Amino acid sequence: MSVLTDTWSWLTTSAHWYGPDGIWTRLGQHLFLTVVCLLISCALALPVALVLGHLGKGGALAVNLSNIGRAVPTFAVLVLLLLTPIGSSGQWPTVIALVLFSIPPLLTNAYVGMREVDPDVVRAARGMGMTGAQMMRRVELPLALPLVLTGVRIAAVQLVATATLAALVGGGGLGRIITAGFNLASTPQVVAGAVLVAVFALLVEGLFEAGRRLVPDRTGDRETV
Amino acid sequence: MTAPPDDCLARNEWICGDYLSSRRGILMDATIQHLQLTAASVLLGLAIALPLALLARRRRWAAAPVLGVTTVLYTIPSLAMFSLLLPVYGLSATLVVAGLVLYSLTLLVRNILAGLRAVPEETRQAARGLGYGPLRLLLTVELPLALPTAMAGLRIATVSAVSLVTVGAIVGFGGLGNLIYSGMNTYFKAQVLTASVLCVVIAVAADLLLLGVQRLLTPWTRRTA
Repeated sequence: MSVLTDTWSWLTTSAHWYGPDGIWTRLGQHLFLTVVCLLISCALALPVALVLGHLGKGGALAVNLSNIGRAVPTFAVLVLLLLTPIGSSGQWPTVIALVLFSIPPLLTNAYVGMREVDPDVVRAARGMGMTGAQMMRRVELPLALPLVLTGVRIAAVQLVATATLAALVGGGGLGRIITAGFNLASTPQVVAGAVLVAVFALLVEGLFEAGRRLVPDRTGDRETV
Repeated sequence: MTAPPDDCLARNEWICGDYLSSRRGILMDATIQHLQLTAASVLLGLAIALPLALLARRRRWAAAPVLGVTTVLYTIPSLAMFSLLLPVYGLSATLVVAGLVLYSLTLLVRNILAGLRAVPEETRQAARGLGYGPLRLLLTVELPLALPTAMAGLRIATVSAVSLVTVGAIVGFGGLGNLIYSGMNTYFKAQVLTASVLCVVIAVAADLLLLGVQRLLTPWTRRTA
């Protein structure tokens, strides 16, 4: 029980919230890393996945990429990048690792989403004289959107987790509170940092879940307005 | 061509045969710890996930909370999960196993449940018509038919566990992760790369092993494939 009260008092100490190592700074870094890397990996992965899905090519790659991403330890990649020449240039190892690990869920889900569009609908669109680009934009993409967004959600949660691990290799973010707590042998600080990270991850997940509910599911019956 | 101890260890090269031969003992110990941590957590996870999945299948009210809680657990980043368990288990191997068990639950429960739910109602009725009781129905009809989906979950859980064990280095029980962690602090390239590659090799080998087990356990799926 004392751990809980100690953690609570750590969290409610205002000195821990401000300053260059404060919670607000770390939260800002975590948020910045997550958002920037999510934008980069979406920009990299989604166009490729959507075009491949439209053409129906590269399916093996899109699916296997997820398996490879799972088998390679995030921590190992972070350390490997740190030891390369890139490692000496600030946040780059973290950014590269984050982007690498968020690409597989984006690619796989967007690809599968495009492939699962009812072939009859695609044929009908072609019959109406739509070009490939029109079909992609106006037929396949809206129908694939729920799965594309699922991929973005998984990628975002993955980014939060990877950004936490980046603290082990000296990156910024909320994970630093945990690693600093370990170095100080301060269990309350470790737990407080973990609580902050967990809440942050759950908030990100919740945000995307709420966003998903706002997007109309066009795959069902003709109820859409 | 001038330095006296001119071997790959002295030059700190990424790939180094001398490292493999001179640190064989350390590598073996780390690999064994890695395998033990992975096996313990996956087996324990399976032992907990199976009853949970059966409960969620039998009792309609149990499905939502079981799936909800395990999904929330899965969202929590690994470093935070281990940190949250610190007050309970201290710096121990048990902490790492407990954290990994909690992760594997999501994948295992979800897949076992999906497998059980996919058993056709006609099949169940046919078995009942042949005089099968509930237990015999479960053991000889439902579970074997759910096996391919459940095994898919087990494979993903195992591969993820192999990768996540490395994070256990934060509490000193990370198998090959310990070597990566110490290699990072001493800038020892060969050690980091060797341990990372071994992690991936273990993950791939475990995946193939489980695939082989699945083939042996479900000979009837091969004919249709």
